[in-house]
Amino acid sequence: MASSVEGPQIPISVDFSGGLEMLFSNQRRHSLSIAANDKDGNPSTIAFLIDHLCKNLMKDPRSELFVLDGHIRPGILVLINDADWELEGEEEYELKAGDNVLFVSTLHGG
Amino acid sequence: MEAPGATEGLGEGGAGGGGEAGADFGACRDEEFERYSRQMIVPGVGREGQLRLIYSRILIIGAGGLGCPAAQYVAGAGVGTIGIVDGDVVEMSNLHRQVGHATSRLGMKKVDSLISHLRDINPLPAYVPYTFPVTPENAADIISGYDLVMDCTDNPTTRYLISDVCVLLCKPLVSAASVQKSGQLIVLNCPPTPQGRVDGKYAPCYRCCFKKPPPPSSMVSCGEAGIMGPVVGLMGVAQAGEAIKILISSLHLPQPSPPPSFPPLADQNLIQPTLLIYTYDLSSAIGPYSFRPLKMSPRKKTCFACGENSPSTLTLEGIKSGTPNYEQFCALPVPKHTLPSEERISARVFHDMREKGEIGRHVLIDTREKEHFSFGSIEGAVNVPFGRLLMRAAEVKRDGGDESGMLPGVVDGDAPIFVVCRRGLDSQEAVEKLKELGVDKGGRRRIMDIAGGMNAWKEEVDPSFPFV
Repeated sequence: MASSVEGPQIPISVDFSGGLEMLFSNQRRHSLSIAANDKDGNPSTIAFLIDHLCKNLMKDPRSELFVLDGHIRPGILVLINDADWELEGEEEYELKAGDNVLFVSTLHGG
Repeated sequence: MEAPGATEGLGEGGAGGGGEAGADFGACRDEEFERYSRQMIVPGVGREGQLRLIYSRILIIGAGGLGCPAAQYVAGAGVGTIGIVDGDVVEMSNLHRQVGHATSRLGMKKVDSLISHLRDINPLPAYVPYTFPVTPENAADIISGYDLVMDCTDNPTTRYLISDVCVLLCKPLVSAASVQKSGQLIVLNCPPTPQGRVDGKYAPCYRCCFKKPPPPSSMVSCGEAGIMGPVVGLMGVAQAGEAIKILISSLHLPQPSPPPSFPPLADQNLIQPTLLIYTYDLSSAIGPYSFRPLKMSPRKKTCFACGENSPSTLTLEGIKSGTPNYEQFCALPVPKHTLPSEERISARVFHDMREKGEIGRHVLIDTREKEHFSFGSIEGAVNVPFGRLLMRAAEVKRDGGDESGMLPGVVDGDAPIFVVCRRGLDSQEAVEKLKELGVDKGGRRRIMDIAGGMNAWKEEVDPSFPFV
């Protein structure tokens, strides 16, 4: 899926797990191209990606199950290349070609 | 009870009945050798590792889908003292996954049922039953008697409580969770480090990894979403594996202070522990990402429970007296929607009016998932799962179109529409959505919610209805 922003694109993969895939056509892995830079010319970050996913990839209208107040909702872990995003700068992390971003919903059942 | 000759033997192990005198010791020792020999000869276990297990105490909180398989292996391995906490009784719908219970023990306290099963596997350990739920008042008293805690519970409120107490009492926590087709596993607070220490890299607690619970509206339980037995079973077995490993390696003991500047490799993996996620795919024979290890962050300086200022925010006394308020933190679900009474009809009234022909031609929409619908439905109901209905509504809103795009196949002029769901929340939202899109034709067409959903239908109309 191409981003609406003109200019160079970077290929990344985005995964959903723990039930979040339900919001994204029940598909656990999505390969996408996103703009290398945002509209101000800054490198695209995770925050940019989250916005992009809400606008372009999410088919289910229940966006509050993914984003609350402009940020990823509590109870969802974000992993950049399989490491907790807190190790990588969270929303500020600048995406690189080939990155994998995983969104996992925390489970509580047993 | 003194263990004569404990230096030569395995120890009085299990200490089982407690009343057995030294005279039985020899026999017990032989049995232990025989019983545990296959794991003792595994490199890294040996006699010393087995002795550590025998002298260890594990607390398993939750005797359900995780706790049953976990307890089987913990008991089989010969952990000397095994405490089990759970206030529930065995129900029929538990048995497909809670393998420590049995049809012959329906209605029995889960803790008693599981212990009877474990004694059959291995009579040597001392089993300690706690046939009530863990609470802020009793958590510290129970946990303080053990070396390691396994969180096999099913709700966030208890998960945060258990982790907090484990931090304060310096106990490692092996935590797992599972719903529907997914599972998660992580070892926390191991090796345990006193609360508030942030002068180096230390293992995180549950709150470091999962700072805030998800909003109640997004949480689903096994009772609602369902659960595959092997998925939760796998997580429970993996928990037992981690617990046994920690005890054999003595990683449950608090580390010396100050910490060595280069912790051993094994410890590094615990300081930035792996969150293992498991996804089971019913629609593909071999899922490409079934198991996935994720690297988590170490202890957080800002953590409420274990961080720099945590001694001022979290104490055992505080927890006992109600601070923090776990129920509030994990706010229990509150009904989101309440339609005005003229847009709602009780299951009983709907049924009676329909029987008498007072409703006439109408459309009945059932918004439950198709698996729930497949168990049974009200005669004439059309299944439009809630998620699909919302998605259609969004499409119609975006691309235009009329109600035929909204509810294909169930359009019937101005005939009133009734909406029913499982418990009566989704159906109210569905009614609002339909009106928002003009399906009510400016009020000409009635759209009503059947209050309380199929749950109410079962209670008020048809007690034999197979409600899940």
